[in-house]
Parts: sequence; structure tokens; C-alpha cells
Amino acid sequence: MSDKLFEPVMGLEVHCQLLTRTKAFCTCSAAYGGTPNSQTCPVCLGLPGALPVLNKQVVEFAIRMGLASHCVIAAESIFARKNYFYPDLPKGYQISQFDKPLCEHGWIEIEVGEATKRIGIKRIHLEEDAGKSIHDDAVTGGNATFIDLNRCGTPLIEIVSEPDFRSAAEVTAYLTKIRQIVQYLEICDGNMEEGSLRCDANISMRPVGAEKLGTKTELKNMNSFKAVERALAYEMARQAKVLREGGEIIQQTLLWDDNAGESRAMRSKEEAHDYRYFPEPDLVPLKVSKEWIESVSENLSELPQARRDRFVREYGIPKYDAEVLTLNKSLANYFEETLKFVKDAKLVSNWIMSEMMAVMKENKQEADQFIVTPKNLGRLLDLIVKGTISGKIAKNVFEEMCKEGADPNTIVKEKGLLQITNRDEIEKLVDKMLESNQSQLKEYLSGKEALFGHFVGQVMKLSQGKANPGMTNDILKEKLKKYA
Amino acid sequence: MNKIFSEISMDLKNEKTTCKALIDSYLQNIEKQKELNAFITVFDKEKLAKRAEQVDSKINSKSAGKLAGLVVAVKDAIVVKDERSTSGSRILENYISPYNATVIERLENEDAIIIGKANMDEFAMGSSNENSAYGNVLNPIDTSRVPGGSSGGSVVAVAADMSTVALGSETGGSVRLPASFCGVVGLKPTYGRISRYGLSAFASSFDQIGPIGNNVEDTALLTEVIAGLDSRDSTSANVPVPPFTDQITKGVKGLRIGIPKEYFGKGLDPEIESSIRSAMDKLSNDGAEIVDVSLPNTEYGIATYYILVTAEASSNLARYDGIRYTHRSREAKTIAETFVKSRSEAFGEEVKRRIMLGTYVLSAGYYEAYYKKAQKARTLIKRDFVDVFSNRIDCLLAPTSPTVAFKFGEKTKDPLSMYLSDVYTVNINIAGNPALSVPCGKNSENMPIGIQVIAKDFDEAMCFRVGHAIEKLV
Repeated sequence: MSDKLFEPVMGLEVHCQLLTRTKAFCTCSAAYGGTPNSQTCPVCLGLPGALPVLNKQVVEFAIRMGLASHCVIAAESIFARKNYFYPDLPKGYQISQFDKPLCEHGWIEIEVGEATKRIGIKRIHLEEDAGKSIHDDAVTGGNATFIDLNRCGTPLIEIVSEPDFRSAAEVTAYLTKIRQIVQYLEICDGNMEEGSLRCDANISMRPVGAEKLGTKTELKNMNSFKAVERALAYEMARQAKVLREGGEIIQQTLLWDDNAGESRAMRSKEEAHDYRYFPEPDLVPLKVSKEWIESVSENLSELPQARRDRFVREYGIPKYDAEVLTLNKSLANYFEETLKFVKDAKLVSNWIMSEMMAVMKENKQEADQFIVTPKNLGRLLDLIVKGTISGKIAKNVFEEMCKEGADPNTIVKEKGLLQITNRDEIEKLVDKMLESNQSQLKEYLSGKEALFGHFVGQVMKLSQGKANPGMTNDILKEKLKKYA
Repeated sequence: MNKIFSEISMDLKNEKTTCKALIDSYLQNIEKQKELNAFITVFDKEKLAKRAEQVDSKINSKSAGKLAGLVVAVKDAIVVKDERSTSGSRILENYISPYNATVIERLENEDAIIIGKANMDEFAMGSSNENSAYGNVLNPIDTSRVPGGSSGGSVVAVAADMSTVALGSETGGSVRLPASFCGVVGLKPTYGRISRYGLSAFASSFDQIGPIGNNVEDTALLTEVIAGLDSRDSTSANVPVPPFTDQITKGVKGLRIGIPKEYFGKGLDPEIESSIRSAMDKLSNDGAEIVDVSLPNTEYGIATYYILVTAEASSNLARYDGIRYTHRSREAKTIAETFVKSRSEAFGEEVKRRIMLGTYVLSAGYYEAYYKKAQKARTLIKRDFVDVFSNRIDCLLAPTSPTVAFKFGEKTKDPLSMYLSDVYTVNINIAGNPALSVPCGKNSENMPIGIQVIAKDFDEAMCFRVGHAIEKLV
């Protein structure tokens, strides 16, 4: 995507809405989707005399992210007011952090193709969200804007990267990683479409090989991974074109319009807000003790990359499988839980990645919502391992399990799907098959050995798939030898 | 009346009077002295009568709290549930608070009766009470003079017997200055001593609710009930509140009292100086040791104060934007116009001046030169007090104001001369220490003079103890 003459230099600001039960500075519910303005109180409404009180859970969640991204956690950080007027910002300022954020100087490792790269994390700070303005005529009846302050005061962390990105692919890999980490840490649901994960990008271009940075623009309003890719590609191409033609990049904030596939200027440098940051006098400095950091660290769950590597090491599955299985926490948990009931890790991995993920995708489910429990999947696969049923039958049983979530043993018993492992019975089936395939038998005997597979298939058909494939093979070979 | 509350309380217990009778008498005084304009809202008579009867029956059944029958006027910046809270501003003309300030809860838990909301300078910005959207408050001793501000209404309610005690608020002297102008007692508690929850903010790192009484004992009692940690105010201090009233009569024998020389320089009215000096002599006769001390950074106080408080105010007052509960301009056609016109129409001149000053000092390019520098000066000023008290000094004595109450209009044309009324009070707000203003005689025109007792952080007990001694001696 990068131009031959120019390379992009990009930095990202990612906002994550934290999954705390209550808001950042009051005890109102932070849940999404309540009746407009039902989750409000004097504090988040900014009524005269109301004061903020910090929710400790918010700090703990931010520390988790700080630790996961190798940041230094500040022993003392300061809240600051970011001042601007907006109808859905009741206090006329947002409580944020400015020159003394909670986390600084970290990094996150990304992988693009075969290469790994560290992206620097400049800072992670805490802030509160604003409310929502509703301009939709269908809701307001036209000629009005409604304001819903339920979201006002819900906690966010802003993760600011260093300008370390050199391609859109790196940005996508980073965003994927961030989403994966916050989901693993259970601090944010990572949903970009619903706005619980939001990202702004700073982009500039410079001649390949140059040290000096070009003039940057800021890109906002990218509401999906796809939108980020499209917006970055668009902006890189736009800047490269301007530069190639000898023009100058204007420092400005651009708003991405994903439907139109283009960005529009929102404000120029001259119009940039002066937020008049100053220390928030209603809150005391945030002190984080070593003990607190240690206790968060001890309870920090294993991160995706570490888990992926462990899966490869411990279970001997391919790296690709481990990557897919650790994509989200619930799937990885499902995998490990299943392994308690069956030993063959690769078999489990195959089944999860093919059969199970297909059904989950169709139902738009996560692994922890999946009707088949890890225990039942484990039991099913164990039936294959023990030779009780064939892989083919197992697929049928799995289909049944997906309907009611029943125990595979019950289904196998009720439907009479137990594998035929009785030698006499299989011999009878082979004889019966050969009798009704006389012409093919002749062809086989005259050298058309490829027909062997056909014979096996016919036996399986006669047994409704229940004949043990291995035994069927052996018996058939013996019989055919006799004819020769 | 003008009795000490402990006497009123005895009368109530001995059935010599009732809360109902007290309320009626205060309401009559309010009605009779309407021209003083001490109240923005006097509560509904029936509601007050009901509340008084409630407390009376509690007194009869001996289940009443320690403030049963204490009638309190509350500065309009402190919110009372279901009552109008304008903060003296047109922009909040129709604002009714859905919740109680912490101090209101604590008062009502002890069966105090709130009689109404006292007039004040708009958003507590002023030294003379000439900045209220609801008109000037008059000084009851001489109605051609200002009562002082910004808690003018609260102080006048107490001075003119329209309530037993009152709550005001201080940012730079707004309780002590009017208390000295009207001859009553007013406390600026240590920053963090009394919860600010429910006090509409002017400058958050300075604001403190301040108790006002006719005497030290009532003021101490009021303080001991409302002070103490509040989980709803992150800046409230977790420091135990001693029973102040038990300690006021300890006397001054053996105390080392510092006299900061910077408070006796140019601009101090000679009559005030001689009153203060004579009080010092009396305390010395009573066994106190008078020590000359210095607070060398005093001269930077006014400049530091007006940079920091206007900065905080510019942000604190941003919520009054014409969108939700405040005045909204009828002329506005766009969002930007709604903000600008609503605020331009409904804020008074002094408030606008301070918002502009504060916005300026926080602006990119000026922050370092003004706000940052003023923060450093604040540290130095605080250090002055720490240093003085670390040298075995129990309290400091100083005039509360360089002048007695001045005439209406005398300083309104020159904001700077008005700002200088606070020259002896603001440094204590900058530093955060407690200070009590106590009457210290009268001048030749019969106008009251105030003396302030400044103590170590959280040593309000010392303020009351020395204040009580002055009250007895003068």
C-alpha cells in the first residue's frame, strides 16, 4: 500500500470502554442500552455541587492493560480536566489525565507475515466518556437533538502508541492484538462496531530513507477493522499524491466517511481546540502502591501470545492451530477444557476449527455460549479414539448434539450407532458385498486395484457406516487374496 | 434574642419556648427587615411549621438531636433538596436541587431547622455582596454600607436575628470578611475539614463551607456537627473531629501567639490596628506570649489567588451552558449561540470578568506563565505557614480586613481596589489553614472590627479557644 517514493509513519490512539459495573466517578450503572437518561445521578449529570469519586475498579482494569503492554505503572498519577463545550458533556469538561498518566513507556509485539515487531506504547491514561447526542429524525421527530447521558461518565482507557507503524497491515495487526488482549484481560468487550473499541490515527508520509517526519493529519471516525484499513489506504494515497505533485500536506483533522469511501476535513490546525488542561481539583492524586500492582499482576490471566506458545509446547499442535484457538479467550478455554476428557489434542483442535467453528459462525456465538459442552465434545472425540464409533458417525452424532446438547453416549446408544467390531459380522458384510459386486470383482482381479476403495465404501454403506474401517480393510484384503 | 444556642436549647427542654415559637419569631424578624435583603428564598411557612412541630415532639419525647431547635440560614450556593438554589445567579433562577448537600444532611440528622437560602454574591464572587442577581444585601448596623461578601446574606441573617446561626462559604475570605463587617463570628475551616458535596463550586481547591454564629460557642457547635470525612468528597480529610465546644474555655495562658508583621503594614486602618493591638495586650495580660513572626510571601497572595481561582472558576462554571437546567437564550439559533448567548445574558459582570481571566490564564502559551507560576507561589505561601507553626507557635492573630464596612458603590468601579479587601484573608485560603474571625470592638463610627485567629491545619479547636478568650476580653 505504501507508495514507492514515500513511506507512511503512523501512530494510533485507541479508546477502550471498560467493563466495570459502575461508572468512573459515580455509582450509576455503566451498562449499555438502558432507557435514555435512566442511569444518571447528580454527579454524572454535572449538577451544581456534585463531586466525582474515583471507582477503584477502573484503576485496576487500566493497570491490567498497563502490565499486559509492559508499561511502567506510575506510583502517583494526576487527573486533569479537558475543557470544551458540547451539549452531551454536562460539566463542560471531561475528567482525563494529561501530563501524569497512569501507565507509560510500554510496548506490544505484533506479527505481520513472518516478521515480529514491537510497537511502542507511549501512555495509557484514564478518562470518562461523554454522553450521546441523537440527531436521528426518526427518534426526535425532526428539528431537535436528543441527549442521552447514560454513557456519560463511563470509564475509558486511551492507549496511545508511538508513531511506529509503517503499513496498514501493521495497524490491523496491532488493533487485532489490542482487541485480543483487552478481551483476555476481561476489561473491554472489544466491539468496534458498537464503539466499545475506538481508534484514531495520525498519519504522515516521508520520502523512503528520510529521517524527518512529514506533516501529519489525524483521522477519526473509523468504526470497524475494515474501515480502518480503507481509511488508512485512502489517506496514504491522498498524501502521496499531494507530495508527488509537489504540494504540501495541511495539518488537519479528517473525518472518515466509510459509506462514501473518503475523508472530509473536520477542523484545521488553527481551529484546533485549546482544551485548557489543568489538574482536576476535585480529585486527589491517584496513588498506586507496589502491593496493588503486584496483586493485579498475580491475578493477571495468561495473555494470548503466551498461551499460544504454551499450546504448541504443551499439546504439540501446529502454531497455526494454536493461533486460531487463542484468538479469543473463551475458545482457548474451551479447547483446554475439552482436553480433560480426551487425550488427542490435534483431534480436538481439528474438530474445533472445522465442525465447531462452522456452527458457531452460523449462530454468531462465542465458545462459552456453544450448546455442546467441552465435556460432551471430549466424550464424543474419545469415542473415536477408542474406536467405538468412526469419524464419519461422529459427525452425525455431533450434528445431533448441536440440536439439544445431549450426551454423545446417549445418542450413540439410542440410535444404535456403535461401531461393528465383531469379526464374524464384518466378514458377513464383506461376503454379501462381494456377492453383489461380481463384475467389479472380476475387474479387480484382472488388475484394476483402484476398486479396493469402492469395495470398502460398499461395506460401509451396507453397515450404515458402523463397520470398523480398519477391520473392514484387513478382512477385505484377506478375502480378495483368496480369490487371486 | 441573640442568646447563645445552649441557652435556647435549655429553654426548649424546660418548655419555656418551642421550635414553633422560635421559627415564628425569626420569620417575623425576616419580614420586618425585608429591606436588608438577606434571603433569596425563605422556606414555605407551613413546611417550616410542620418541621418545627416535628422537632418539638422529639424534644418532648427526649429523642431530639443535639441541634434541636437550632435555626439555620444557608447560603444559596449550598443545595437543599427540593428547594431553589440559585447561587445568586440569574442563570440558575429556576434551578431546584434534587439532592441535599452533605452538611444539610448532617444538620437535619441533628434536628436543626433550615429556614431559608441566604443571599450572596453571584457564584460567591465578590467582597461586598453587590454582585448578587437578587439585589444588594444591606449592613444592618448601617444600611448605607455593604455587609461584606460573598456570604453577606448568611452573616446578616445572624447579625440581624433572622436565624440562630448560618452557613456561608469561603474561597478567599467570604465568611470572615462579612463576619468582621457585621460584628459576628465566622470560621474558615481547614481545607478538607467540611465536605464540599452540595456546595456549588467557585474554585474547588479553595472552597470551604464556613459556619457563622453570634458567638464562638454556637460557631464551634455548628462546626463539630458538620465537619468530618465524607466519602462523597474526595478532598475531604480523614481527620477526627474533636468536640470543639468542650475546649473553648481553656483560656490562653501559656499559648504562644504569633503576630505576622506583613498584616500590619501600609493600608491598614489605624483604628483597626489599635483595636487589634489592645486585644493582643489583653491576651498577654492573660498569660499568652506574643511573638513577632513573618510570612514573607504574603505580598504574592492577591495575584496568586486571582490567577488560581479564576482558572478553576472558568472550568467550574462551564456546566452552566443553557442546555439542561440553566437559563437558555431565546435568541440562539445554533448550538454555539446557545452557549454564548445563554451565558452572556444570564451571568453578571464580575462572573464574566473572572471566567475570561481564568480562560486566559489556562490558555495554551499562557499556562506556564500564569497558572503554573501561581501554583509555585501557592507552595511558597503554604510553606510560610508551615514554617511559622513549626516554630512552636500556637496561632496567629491578624486583622480580618484593612477597613471596616465601606459604603455601597465605593469600590464597584475599580475591581482591583475591591480585590484588595481580601488582602488579609486570601493567603489563609491559599495555604488551607483554619481561621476564625471574631469581633474586636468598634471604630469611632460604631462599625465593627474583626480580628482573625489563624491556626495549624485541622486545629480549629485552637481558633475557637483563642477566639472565645477574645470574645470574653473585648
